[in-house]
Amino acid sequence: MAQRKLIDARGAFCPGPLMELIATLKLIEIGDEIEVLSTDKGTAADVPEWVAKVGHEMVETVDHGDHWSVVVRKAK
Amino acid sequence: MANRILIVGGGLAGTIIANGLCRQLGKQLRSGDISISMLGTSDQHLYQPGLLYVPFGKIRESELFRDQRRVLDNRVPYAIDPATNIDIEAKKVSTKSGKVYDYDYLVIATGSRLMPQNIPGMEEGAHWFYDLESARKMRAALSEFEGGKIIVNVNAPHKCPVAPLEITFMLYDYLEEKGVMDKTEITYTYPIGRLHALEPVAEWAKPAMDQLGIKYETFFNTREVDPDAKTITSEEEVTLDYDLLVTIPPHSGAQVITDSGLGDGGWVPTDRYKLLHEGSTNVFVCGDTTNIPISKAGSTAHFEADTIVDNLVSLLTEGHWARHYDGKVFCFIETGMNEGTYVWFNYKTPPSPGAPSQMIHWFKLAYNRLYWLSARGLL
Repeated sequence: MAQRKLIDARGAFCPGPLMELIATLKLIEIGDEIEVLSTDKGTAADVPEWVAKVGHEMVETVDHGDHWSVVVRKAK
Repeated sequence: MANRILIVGGGLAGTIIANGLCRQLGKQLRSGDISISMLGTSDQHLYQPGLLYVPFGKIRESELFRDQRRVLDNRVPYAIDPATNIDIEAKKVSTKSGKVYDYDYLVIATGSRLMPQNIPGMEEGAHWFYDLESARKMRAALSEFEGGKIIVNVNAPHKCPVAPLEITFMLYDYLEEKGVMDKTEITYTYPIGRLHALEPVAEWAKPAMDQLGIKYETFFNTREVDPDAKTITSEEEVTLDYDLLVTIPPHSGAQVITDSGLGDGGWVPTDRYKLLHEGSTNVFVCGDTTNIPISKAGSTAHFEADTIVDNLVSLLTEGHWARHYDGKVFCFIETGMNEGTYVWFNYKTPPSPGAPSQMIHWFKLAYNRLYWLSARGLL
């Protein structure tokens, strides 16, 4: 069964949500998901852009007002 | 009953904690109410940021090392006996020699390690400077370099997040001084869509690289290196040619962490404020070892270590917590061979680097020596 891992990168300036996502994707199995919580306004745009370039799958992006939740599925 | 504090890891984080505890717990150490011991992997303490200068011959190798037993307070027994298993349920740490150490409080500071072997071809085709042997090889390669394509390639995750920019600008100055920059093309690659994780640093670096003619490729996550064809290819399907490849290899945490089931990739799940292993009340985690999404850097280890010292002393002597870690990180940034700047931030304050100056570069050079006071818990 697919697992979902949480990265709480709220308030994290460096290395930041996308870099954390990239590093963590190396540790999970194909089909597993990562949910990234971020207060960085760029995350909602940066993550889908990179996911499309590299060939993973966007599951959802949710605006919670004070932070974003972005879920990515490892596809390769 | 005596409180036994065991520190696993003899790097900067573990050493500051050990020395800081000794400075505040002298009476309890003398009476035997508290004991502090450390397990490490080497008799030498390495000043890791100094490795940046090795490829350019700008630091003597002897300046990078001190005898760990001399850096460490002599009230702390130090065993060069790497931990092989950490059992936080049983409160026991097993070591390579077969010994088993019991503890009441544990500090895990096992750090991070380079994993170039995780990327096909990287070990054979790339140079790096994050360990002494490799920095020496890079120094030899640079001394023979007479022009061509250099790629500075950055991989995630990695420690010392400003070092990739520093090595790039220092390379430019080194090659300019050598008189071969007009025959050289430097390309910097970075995993995300800008030139540095910190947005203000990326905004400073872009025009600085443009001015020097340094090229860049963002969204570049290395898939493989072909040492024969001298090419590097990304997960994003971009292939670049090189004559000299300088990489920041991907890192992972210590093997003992994964072997003990304490965290994927060797990173221990850690409360970002208390610096406790998640779910524990007596296991602290410090430095690169944590999974906290902040920079893996010496200053992070330093500020975390100070927090852990205050909290451990307060818990042991007064029975309450002292303070939270505020996420503080401070990094000098060498912007060439003669200028530098710095950046600091915490969980609430975003970074705002100032203009580079020669004075800050000199202060960085001074800190290369002041480091030993930090490790001793004096600075």
